[in-house]
Amino acid sequence: MSVKTPSKLEKIMAAGHFGVTSECGPPRGCNPEVIPHKAGFIKDYVDAINVTDNQTAMTRMCSLAACIKLKLMGVEPVLQMVCRDRNRIALQSDILGAAAFGINNMLCLSGDHQSFGDCRQGQNVYDIDSMQLLQTVRLMRDEGKFLGGGDLDGRPRMFVGAAENPFADPFEIRVPRLAKKIAAGAEFIQTQCIYNLDKFELWVKQARERGLTEKVYIMAGVTPMKSVGMAKYMKNRVPGMDVPDELIKRMSGVAKEKQAGEGVKICIETIQRLKEVPGVKGFHIMAIEWEEKVPEIVKGAGLYPRPVVD
Amino acid sequence: MIVAEQKKLEEIVGQIQDFNKILLVGCNECVTVCEAGGKKEVGILASALRMYFLNHGKEMTIDEVTLERQCDHEYLEEIRDMQDKYDAVLSLACGVGVQFMAEKYHDKPVYPGVNTCFLGATEERGLWTERCQACGSCILAYTGGICPVSRCAKRLMNGPCGGSTNGKCEISKETDCAWQLIVNRLKALGRMDDYEKLMPLKDWSTDRAGGPRKVVKEDVQL
Amino acid sequence: MRLNYPANLKIIRVPCTGKVDVIHLLKAIERGADGACVIGCMEGECLYNRGNFRARKRVMQARKVLRSVGIEEERLQMYNLSSSEGPKFALYANDMTEKIKALGPNPLKAAKAKLKAA
Repeated sequence: MSVKTPSKLEKIMAAGHFGVTSECGPPRGCNPEVIPHKAGFIKDYVDAINVTDNQTAMTRMCSLAACIKLKLMGVEPVLQMVCRDRNRIALQSDILGAAAFGINNMLCLSGDHQSFGDCRQGQNVYDIDSMQLLQTVRLMRDEGKFLGGGDLDGRPRMFVGAAENPFADPFEIRVPRLAKKIAAGAEFIQTQCIYNLDKFELWVKQARERGLTEKVYIMAGVTPMKSVGMAKYMKNRVPGMDVPDELIKRMSGVAKEKQAGEGVKICIETIQRLKEVPGVKGFHIMAIEWEEKVPEIVKGAGLYPRPVVD
Repeated sequence: MIVAEQKKLEEIVGQIQDFNKILLVGCNECVTVCEAGGKKEVGILASALRMYFLNHGKEMTIDEVTLERQCDHEYLEEIRDMQDKYDAVLSLACGVGVQFMAEKYHDKPVYPGVNTCFLGATEERGLWTERCQACGSCILAYTGGICPVSRCAKRLMNGPCGGSTNGKCEISKETDCAWQLIVNRLKALGRMDDYEKLMPLKDWSTDRAGGPRKVVKEDVQL
Repeated sequence: MRLNYPANLKIIRVPCTGKVDVIHLLKAIERGADGACVIGCMEGECLYNRGNFRARKRVMQARKVLRSVGIEEERLQMYNLSSSEGPKFALYANDMTEKIKALGPNPLKAAKAKLKAA
């Protein structure tokens, strides 16, 4: 896969290294220190940092502003954009704004339904969906066109990604769905948190058989568990999450004060196993409100130091 | 059909309590089928309102009439002389009927007695579910006859999203995932290849987004 | 069986309790009855299978309406017996009368009188 954008993340994976990303959730307020503080822990251990877009539909500082903050401190951001809150005018406009600040990575998402968040009574937009957002960015980047047909003055040079949940139902469409996202323009995929490794490997194998792993960089998503309580919550309450019982058993088998350490250990073991899976090109470490653990995980998994590309 | 649900009595009382003579008007069409505003419901609501006001020490006349339809001039005309004798009209028709009534009897206060909910079907007695959002450009041909606009909480054209679990939607375990239904249907029809076709951006100009809509069929106009 | 039951009970015969509608029960109260009860066949023994179940649902629906207008819902009751159970009928009739006596007269009667006087 040839490099098409100035994205450092793209260059690293194109050079054959594992890409490593993590994420930061913007604050529930306008405190300008939160993002630099969180990013401070991880910036030297990852290639780029995703900034979530009002995740779980809780209103937060906007992703674009937080990405600009990162950019200004010399960190490469991945702008997450959900289709829930903006119509095609706003989405295109934000893409241009991001590009103007030298943001070169974007992740296109549908977004959690607003009923999960703090504005249950709000409208949702869903003018377009995540696949159509992928198409939109690619149209702007590759053809220099707006959706409305007009010409762009300067193209947004975005390395374009999408999320995939290999564990969501129905399973038989997970690979066709990946193919569809690639057809829509996805160049990298960050997956949902992986706990059921067998199922994930089956999904990658099927993707490989269709030649999809040659067309897209698959970044395996991992999230360290803080406690057995969190594991159970993920299993039972988070839609589309597959947490095997053995994992909960393993977490509950250690003393409470040691569970966090065990969670980090499991996370490292997961990365080490998945590094051997052909088709896996990187890792997306989502340490939810636990950013300070990212260095330990990256080092433990043998992904440090991060490669340097020009 | 249009599915509606009767408003709570307190809300209706709040709307009409300052009047003395109310004409309660039902409709024989959709709201009869969904048991929200037909003749039967008119009778029950009228009785309830009469008892309510009497019990609260207020003299209130509530008279009943049910029209064939409230969304057609000819049926609404039937109460032209009658409505004069009342302070206000309480309509149990859908939002269309209420508005048509208000337009026709311009100086008569008209109040809605039901909440108009959606376009749906009777799944079983007492259970109505949504099937259509009248987006104005039907895509059922491409989705195996199941509508993602009305049945997916995110109206995804290329679903399902990552929240689909065991055939249910992320918003509730009671709600079917529309895209699971679509996939099941495409499978049954032997059309799974269609699943991988990207659905283009939808033209929402025929939807509510395009402003109030109009259908004109000139060849039948007089 | 010469059984006694209260004379204040007016009996309205219907072919099946499934014929009784919500509006009949409401009209009874609206027009001043202190209470009304539906006495149907034993559950599971309806000649039309579900007539008495429908009746019970409708009594519940009518009770909900009474509650919303501020009238004691206990003024409406549903009982079940089989046709050979004369003593049970008398028992129910007495039970209903006791319930209503405890509630006192239908408040709508007093309200109507007050409005007329004003």
